[in-house]
Amino acid sequence: MSEQPIQQMTQQDPTSTRLIISMAVAGFFSGLIIIGIYLATFDTIKENKARELKEAVFRVLPGVTQMSQHRLEKDRVVPYAGDPDENTLYAGFGENGDFIGYALTGAGPGFQDTIKVIYGYQPESDMGARLIGMWILDSRETPGLGDKIYKDAEFVGNFDALSIEPTIKVVKKGTKTKNSEVDAITGATISSKAVVRIINIANDKWLPHLPVNPPEAPPQTQTPTPSPTQEVQ
Amino acid sequence: MSEQDPKLLLQPAPLLQQGMTTPQAMKDVWIALAPATLFGIWHFGISSLLVIIATIVGAVVTEWAFTPAAKRQIVLSDWSGALTGLLLALTLPPGLPLWMAFLGGAVSTGLGKVMWGGLGNNLFNPALVGRAFLLATFPIAMTTWHGAPDGFFTIHASNLAMPLMQSATDAISQATPLGLMKFEQSATATGSLLLGTTTGSLGETSALLLLLGGIFLILRRDIDWRIPVAIFVTAALFSMIINSVDAMKYPAPLFTLFSGGMMLGALFMAPDPVTSPLTPKGAIIFGVGVGLLVVLIRVWGGLPEGMMYAILLMNAATPLIDRVTQPRVFGRAKSNGGAK
Amino acid sequence: MAKKLDSYEEMIKGLWRENPVFVQVLGMCPMLAVTNSAVNAVVMGVATFFVLVSSSFLVSSFRGVIPKQVRISIYVVIIATFVTVADYTLLALVPAIHKELGAFIPLIVANCMILGRQEAYASKNSVKFAVLDAIGTAGGFMFALLALGGVREILGEGKIFGVPLFGDNFEPWVIMILPPGGFITLGLILLFFNWVTARRAARNQLQPQPVGSDIR
Repeated sequence: MSEQPIQQMTQQDPTSTRLIISMAVAGFFSGLIIIGIYLATFDTIKENKARELKEAVFRVLPGVTQMSQHRLEKDRVVPYAGDPDENTLYAGFGENGDFIGYALTGAGPGFQDTIKVIYGYQPESDMGARLIGMWILDSRETPGLGDKIYKDAEFVGNFDALSIEPTIKVVKKGTKTKNSEVDAITGATISSKAVVRIINIANDKWLPHLPVNPPEAPPQTQTPTPSPTQEVQ
Repeated sequence: MSEQDPKLLLQPAPLLQQGMTTPQAMKDVWIALAPATLFGIWHFGISSLLVIIATIVGAVVTEWAFTPAAKRQIVLSDWSGALTGLLLALTLPPGLPLWMAFLGGAVSTGLGKVMWGGLGNNLFNPALVGRAFLLATFPIAMTTWHGAPDGFFTIHASNLAMPLMQSATDAISQATPLGLMKFEQSATATGSLLLGTTTGSLGETSALLLLLGGIFLILRRDIDWRIPVAIFVTAALFSMIINSVDAMKYPAPLFTLFSGGMMLGALFMAPDPVTSPLTPKGAIIFGVGVGLLVVLIRVWGGLPEGMMYAILLMNAATPLIDRVTQPRVFGRAKSNGGAK
Repeated sequence: MAKKLDSYEEMIKGLWRENPVFVQVLGMCPMLAVTNSAVNAVVMGVATFFVLVSSSFLVSSFRGVIPKQVRISIYVVIIATFVTVADYTLLALVPAIHKELGAFIPLIVANCMILGRQEAYASKNSVKFAVLDAIGTAGGFMFALLALGGVREILGEGKIFGVPLFGDNFEPWVIMILPPGGFITLGLILLFFNWVTARRAARNQLQPQPVGSDIR
């Protein structure tokens, strides 16, 4: 890659300086290219991530048209504009800016690997605090069995109106009697239980710190679905 | 692989395994398995007979296809290929679709035996290789357990699923004793476990008949008695200890011994002379390992049954055990170069 | 280079006779890890193709000026640059597949097949042949990925490129999607490859062997 030093090169062993220069030149061009591709794809990647997140939040909070991002910092929930991490939560609002619920995340071991869950939590409803939706963000459960935790609409539907009082419990399929019980997936009891355990643990983490008064809707300036990056970031 | 090393045959007695590669030994195993097999067929109906036939056909056809024509006569005449199929069938649910049973038989022989160079060279028990493949491939069909059918000649609809297709969904699955233990913490009475009137794989339910067959094999010196005895003692002791900690949660020793594939595995699969250690000390280590692993997997693992994985894992350790426990060969260099 | 190179031959050899996977048994890591569906296999194959062809082109172009004491480092810098380009491009274009391929895109840099082609071929041959060789090798790699991914998706999900083949009642072979399925399928394909090669060798022994058809 180094054009200059080559002119005087003979068949002798090159000097260390030349070796270093060669490497430096190669590294320099490599760096240029990498910066170029990074800048060229930055916006698309950011948009993809934001859209993915937004889809997940909207999925677990039915009726939501806009959202705001918050973060749990030292027992307090504060507005947050950085990159999402495990302490990030989202508040979802309806068309008129009325508060609908929080989208909370949790992660924990499943049958194969860590399962990442996002779920919609509604602090107040006619049945008390409840879940209004659940979606799996990431999992490597057994295809055909454990992956039913997100492929089986019936199982996912369990979480559409699920009371969290006293605590969510998994029961054998078809024996659900209480509002706080979840029908397990036949043949994938472990994955089903893992999802519920993750949610229960996440509830213990989040619920005590959620503010009594729901956050304000974000100032609405444009149409409800502008460039998603603006709302999340 | 140290088992096939001819020098190993020079070790001092006892060499109980010596007669095992002959057709006579295979015949003994057939005789020993007959009562439990016949009971399974009687208990689970004609379906189970079909499953047995499918696996045996799968195993024998594969063996035939992958054996050079010149050797076919010898290889097929010792009944070992069909025995692999039978052993596999005994570990399958009676309602398994026949095409899966056939595939299992083919995989047992193909991946479990032929690929290693034929009988005597395989590292893992072929029947269990087939079962492991089926369990990983068709987890739902392999854990759908039918109880005894209405009549002897009733064929489960799931048996007749078209190749590559799912079984009909009429299956009324019943939990096996191990499943009940694991997920509902309820133990099945030892009496029915002994008789075999429970749900389960088609040849594993009758502990008593399997035990009879096993004793026959031990008396005929076809298998090393140390392996089953070590498995039973270890598993019973281990389960006694954890049972005394929490009797509600953990199974009692008798339940551990007589439920699931314990008898079938400990008496007919673990002591397979090809895949178990040759030395007496090695046999005991092997048995203790299987016994510990079974209880570990059953109690803390994700699956109700752990016999298959316990035996396969210890199969993998067999060459190592053989090397470690090999008696000194006198008149040779001290280094283990002799075993290599 | 004493013997004269035939451009067609240089390209075609990577596809079958010197197939990087089935004959040289290189690049096993992506081979086993990302072939659980045909789409993943194709994306992985395209990314590898891009990296290998571009790297071979650059390495061959600068083969006279790269000091041999630091050549491996410079090859790695070149390869890593193109891998990063591929990584970001896939992340921007196909985020869902990028997520499934995960760490295996950055790991292309460690694919010994690519470094091997630079060291063994591109650094010693003209640009034209280096690129042809890279196209052949990467094509052979893609062919292998697709063969494995196709078999695993057909048996594991009853689909090919997401299109169902057997209807609703298909019983998926779960193991084929899982890592053991990769090992079993690869083993069986290698078995088939060796069988074909052995048969061909046996046949060629009977007939007079054509010049230049050296069977490995």
